[in-house]
Amino acid sequence: MLGEGIIKGLAETGRNFLGSYFEPDRLVTVQYPEERLPAPETARTFPFLVYDGDDWQKGLRCVACQICEKECPPQCIYIVKDITKKPDYIGKLQFQPKVFDIDLSVCMSCQICVEVCPFDAIKMDVEFELSTTDRFGRLLLHKAELAKPNEYYHKIHPAEAAEVDARLAAEKAKALAKTQADAAGKSVSPKPALKPLAPASG
Amino acid sequence: MAEKLDQIFVQAKHELVRWLLCHVPGAWAEVLSALLSIATLLVAFAALFALTTLLERKGLGRIQNRYGPNRVGPFGLLQPVADGIKALTKEDVVPRAADQVVHFIAPLVLVVPVFLALAVLPVGRNMVVVDLDAGLLFFFAVGAATELSVFMAGWSSRNKYSLLGAMRAIAQMISYEVPLILSAVTVVMMAGSLSTVRIVEVQAGFSGWLPHWHVLTPWGLAGFLLFLIAAAAEANRCPFDLPEGESEIIAGYYIEYSGFKFALFFLGEYIGLFAVSGLAITLFLGGWTAPLPFVQWVPSYVWFFLKLLSLIAFFIWVRGTLPRLRMDQLMSFAWKFMLPLSLINLLAAGLWRFLPEGLTRWAFCSLLLAAAYIGLGRSLVQRRNLGRRTYRFAE
Ligand code: SF4
Ligand code: SF4
Repeated sequence: MLGEGIIKGLAETGRNFLGSYFEPDRLVTVQYPEERLPAPETARTFPFLVYDGDDWQKGLRCVACQICEKECPPQCIYIVKDITKKPDYIGKLQFQPKVFDIDLSVCMSCQICVEVCPFDAIKMDVEFELSTTDRFGRLLLHKAELAKPNEYYHKIHPAEAAEVDARLAAEKAKALAKTQADAAGKSVSPKPALKPLAPASG
Repeated sequence: MAEKLDQIFVQAKHELVRWLLCHVPGAWAEVLSALLSIATLLVAFAALFALTTLLERKGLGRIQNRYGPNRVGPFGLLQPVADGIKALTKEDVVPRAADQVVHFIAPLVLVVPVFLALAVLPVGRNMVVVDLDAGLLFFFAVGAATELSVFMAGWSSRNKYSLLGAMRAIAQMISYEVPLILSAVTVVMMAGSLSTVRIVEVQAGFSGWLPHWHVLTPWGLAGFLLFLIAAAAEANRCPFDLPEGESEIIAGYYIEYSGFKFALFFLGEYIGLFAVSGLAITLFLGGWTAPLPFVQWVPSYVWFFLKLLSLIAFFIWVRGTLPRLRMDQLMSFAWKFMLPLSLINLLAAGLWRFLPEGLTRWAFCSLLLAAAYIGLGRSLVQRRNLGRRTYRFAE
């Protein structure tokens, strides 16, 4: 009969209305600033630059290869190469960025920069309370604000960071073995090897 | 004591007028009295508007298992204040291509008539701004002016969505005006008067426990339901909110309005809803009369506003339940169901008037209306005008 569905619907919404007062489980709202849900392991917001050790200038993993700059779909990364080099985690001399800017208001959190970086230098952050009234001061982040220690990376993405660390350590060990083998093979005519460049701690 | 409480506002007004007359010429008495009533009415209904926006958001939230606004003030009670400040401080954008003058006056053309309509509603014993002999006629006449405003807004904005919204609004309001007035006519037939005050007086009194409200008769119940449905359509309330349909035509006729003009439209819509609900109360729910004999000591205006609030709550409940109709469903519902049923209801009211009192007229009128309801409903559903639509080319 006409109108039956309406009565049923009214009963349903009425039940919801009353139920929301008596059964707190019904209310799924999280009262955000006071209550928070833990972020899932895979949460991501914007990229940051990882550095090893204590000195962010020295330990920055980025070698200014500019792959991420080229790949970033909305083109929100801006890199200027420095002319001076610094040793990377294996000990090889590499370039370093003089300027590394990311415009958070343009970034779309796609994580492509992370995927393409061959040096595990750029990772995704989980910080999301970034709203500000200062468009250029607080949303265009420079190298110094982007650099965050490896420990921080471990804290926000433990599993992923452990995997990266293991891989880097293995590469380092391999490189070390190779240099040693090379050194042993060429011991007849010793040359100043890469020895003095002490590998950065991992 | 109860008497005094009931008439407290009326007394206060008289005292105030008397006091003011010491300072101004006596010829002003009428004007002063009217101005005072109008001021009170404006304040009361504006406050009710603020309360309703809050209740609506809270109620809809609870229906959807949410909290609703709960940040501004205790339990979110100050939310209307925050909304008001926001509306006042927003930029007032007028499209360059718009017809500036018409765009400007459209919200006023909406707000003024709906407040005018309130003037003939008796909100309590001796509490009506003007007791017109043709109060009901006046109400419908000024109510029809809102259609003009809606079309002005939609046309002057020079926006395809607003024009679509305005077209829909005109089609809908004119279609539903017919059953709205026809269902009100039954009451006029029974009360023998177009005066709203007289209509309430007719419904005062009790037989045993039952009040003499029109809704408690078969034709009254049918008329009340028809009136409510048509009122929802007139006030552009869900499920008849096609003219605004946020999800299809964005906001319909007030898409190009912002800031305070938007707030005026919002106010106009709600006051329109109050006015038409108030009329439903006056016509069918006994106006300011008490529902039971032993609670008659409660002041009459309390009853009126209680009834008004419960009707509003019902409208909110319906809004939280029903999805929006499609345009063709809307139209076929108006012309193929509402109109015939309200005509049959006229017949039922006539029969009720002339049949001898007793069980026979009850049975006769109820049977007539039930048969009409079932028959019309079945024909509507069977002809698939309200059912699922089948598409010939787009499947
Ligand atoms: S972050 Fe990675 S990809 Fe980008 S410039 Fe540095 S090393 Fe290259
Ligand atoms: S996350 Fe995507 S958009 Fe953001 S900087 Fe990386 S590549 Fe660019």
